[in-house]
Amino acid sequence: MDADKIIVIVVSFLGIIFTYWFFLTKKGQAVSVSDSVDIVVDGGYSPEIISISKGKTTKLNFTRRDPTSCLEEVVLGDFKIRRHLPLNQKVTIELKPEKSGEFTYTCGMNMYHGKIIVK
Amino acid sequence: MNQNKKTFSIKGMHCASCVMVIEDSLKKMDGVTQATVNLATEKATVIYDPIKVTDEQLSSAVSNVGYQALITEEIKTEDDEQKEKQQELHDLRFKVVVSLILGGLILWGSFPGLIKTSPVILQNFFVQLLLATPVQFWAGFGFYRATISAIKHRTANMDTLVVIGTTVAYIYSTVVTLLPQLMIKVGIEPMPYFDTAAVIIGLILLGRYFEAKAKAGTSEAIKKLIGLQAKTARVLRAGQEIDLSINEVVIGDIIRVRPGEKIPVDGIIVEGESSIDESMVTGESMPVEKISGDTVVGATINKTGTFTFRATKIGQETMLAQIIKLVQEAQGSKAPIQRLADMISSYFVPVVIMLAFLTFAVWYVFGPAPTLLFALLNTVAVLIIACPCAMGLATPTAIMVGTGKGAEHGILIKDAESLETAHKIKTIIFDKTGTLTKGKPEVTDITAFGSMDKDTLLKLAGSIEKGSEHSLAEAIVKEAESQNLVLFKVEKFQAIPGHGVEGMVDNQRIVFGNKRLMNKEGISLTLADDQIAKLEDAGKTVMMIGLENKLVGLIAVADIVKDSAREGLIALQKLGLEVVMITGDNQRTAKAIGQSLGITRVLAEVLPDQKEAEVRKIQAEGKVVAMVGDGINDAPALAAADVGIAMGSGTDVAIEAADITLINKDLKSVAMAIVLSKKTMRTIRLNLFWAFSYNIVLIPVAMGVLYPVFKLLLNPIFASVAMATSSISVVVNSLLLKRKKIV
Repeated sequence: MDADKIIVIVVSFLGIIFTYWFFLTKKGQAVSVSDSVDIVVDGGYSPEIISISKGKTTKLNFTRRDPTSCLEEVVLGDFKIRRHLPLNQKVTIELKPEKSGEFTYTCGMNMYHGKIIVK
Repeated sequence: MNQNKKTFSIKGMHCASCVMVIEDSLKKMDGVTQATVNLATEKATVIYDPIKVTDEQLSSAVSNVGYQALITEEIKTEDDEQKEKQQELHDLRFKVVVSLILGGLILWGSFPGLIKTSPVILQNFFVQLLLATPVQFWAGFGFYRATISAIKHRTANMDTLVVIGTTVAYIYSTVVTLLPQLMIKVGIEPMPYFDTAAVIIGLILLGRYFEAKAKAGTSEAIKKLIGLQAKTARVLRAGQEIDLSINEVVIGDIIRVRPGEKIPVDGIIVEGESSIDESMVTGESMPVEKISGDTVVGATINKTGTFTFRATKIGQETMLAQIIKLVQEAQGSKAPIQRLADMISSYFVPVVIMLAFLTFAVWYVFGPAPTLLFALLNTVAVLIIACPCAMGLATPTAIMVGTGKGAEHGILIKDAESLETAHKIKTIIFDKTGTLTKGKPEVTDITAFGSMDKDTLLKLAGSIEKGSEHSLAEAIVKEAESQNLVLFKVEKFQAIPGHGVEGMVDNQRIVFGNKRLMNKEGISLTLADDQIAKLEDAGKTVMMIGLENKLVGLIAVADIVKDSAREGLIALQKLGLEVVMITGDNQRTAKAIGQSLGITRVLAEVLPDQKEAEVRKIQAEGKVVAMVGDGINDAPALAAADVGIAMGSGTDVAIEAADITLINKDLKSVAMAIVLSKKTMRTIRLNLFWAFSYNIVLIPVAMGVLYPVFKLLLNPIFASVAMATSSISVVVNSLLLKRKKIV
């Protein structure tokens, strides 16, 4: 087999491994929130994983900095909340979770994900 | 004087008096010329002199009276948001036009079939590079921006795929243009693919433009509901009629409504009568006659008369506000059917990138010459054809349109899960009283014997029952009054518990009651035996009237079946559903009513606390059960059923426990809700099938699986056409739900 072909196979293989590692194995650190948290929406959610208390009202203040239309809505399906996020404007969502567990929040098309851990 | 206008959120408001307190506090400040607070939106708008007034001062003016102002938060009004959205669409359209024109010119100068007809200048690679560059980096800037932001979060999305695909094509073409000798050296004819990069960007932007326009249509129902809200109310205060903003109305205000006007808030009519069009809230097409004591709903239209009413619910408590809240919640909820799509879409883009690497390697190693070119074009096709958006849009857009359409017909669906379960219903249980029947007994038959006429009989019965507190007495008195009969004066009235009543009219003794009373009085019923049996078999309660110890007539009373019941039940039976009636009535009455409605399965003599157990028994037969009810005692059964359906006239408790609430009293709405569920689910399935099969079929085609046998490859430009239409078709299919008939 020609050298260029071997290089292409190796690079492609490494590309696949890298893609898997980079996108699918990331583990975020949960940010513990007591009363309120500012979540910046820009190519994803920062912080992405938040930890809140059961039975207590917590304010999630979303501010979208990214004009991508995909991110113009945030959906907290488990809490029956779908909110439009106007660009550069703070939108506050109040949560008072009644049960503990892990709940995701996503963009309107379910491409970007965040996690809410209720303890 | 310099004037600033600022709008900010206020937390902690719960009634209209809060509005006034905050407004007063703000207006008192030196430098504030105007302050209005909106309870519904929980926002304050202040016009002030920024030299005299700071944000902190505004904030403390609000906090001094016990509320919290979120001043740092810049609030944009809905108009501003609308304008912003319009501007976005306008910019997008401009980019689409420019990139398609430039892309088209490049295509003309490079596409094999067209090249001969094009001006020579367009065939120049450097000119093509010049035309392609603004498309790639100006029109496509949004894709790059989103990709870089996403990469920072170790996330990939559709923009990432577009960026990789088009950048690969653009860089390859640039190298070909700038270093053609290098390509010749490796055995490749120096042919750029600027058209691929530019046209793909143009088409995908075009797809986004149409998608954004179509998506706006999915939330139209909620916008319509919000738009129903009245802006002002004509309130009577201190003997004067004043026009007030809706936010200034307080509970207890007396409000005047003239013909053609919108009723501003919920309340009870205190004077006057009118015909009211409630269709915008309840979906009920016929205007409803209302008189003093009747409730009126805010946002409905007064048709004919002038009346005054007392405000009983304002702001977030009004029926319209509650409907909007319910619909918004339903639209934010997730349907179980969505889970698989959610899971797949979270892995989708990285998997496509991995497939792109694989495609490149396989074509480069095993493909025909020129291998690099084939490998590149097929890799670009794979990246461009993949469409995760269609999967993400398949369910939520249909749920939004479905729940919105329901609200337009007076059908409020609590969440997406309820909508999904409703299409599986096999058995539907109706509570009888108040649901199938009006819940208020009415006189149905009057039979007079001998020389007695019906009017005199009703007059006698009405007169003697006037003093009775029995529930059936009300029906008889009401009937007499409705016929404008002048009642007799009754003396020596006496109620005989368990039997009836007695009294004297014009010195003649009257007894009115059941068989037991007649037997006790020794009055023969032989004359009426057949008639009594016939009426009882029809599920009616028969009362007899004796005058001077002689039977002179019968009056039958029944809880009348709602006008819409028969039609509503037929519609359900046509859907193949088993209909069950549940009631506390005795077997004979229950069976008679069941028969008259065409219901074969009747559960009679069921005490209120046993209803829940009956629901569970039917569920144990392996059936998905819906329960339709309206009373407090129905709440446990509504909660136990797979789908609880509350009739809108029902109690708050019943509505709280229900999955679906029918605002109008029309029983046909039950079938409509189920049809809506079936049609929405069909749309979702079709959307999901399309979104999945599109990717499952076309990604392998783009990879070149058809090439070994059919020599077929997917041109990346066609891949971008397919991709752009894919998500639009899902949104458009959801929008088609609006046109589907559920009646």
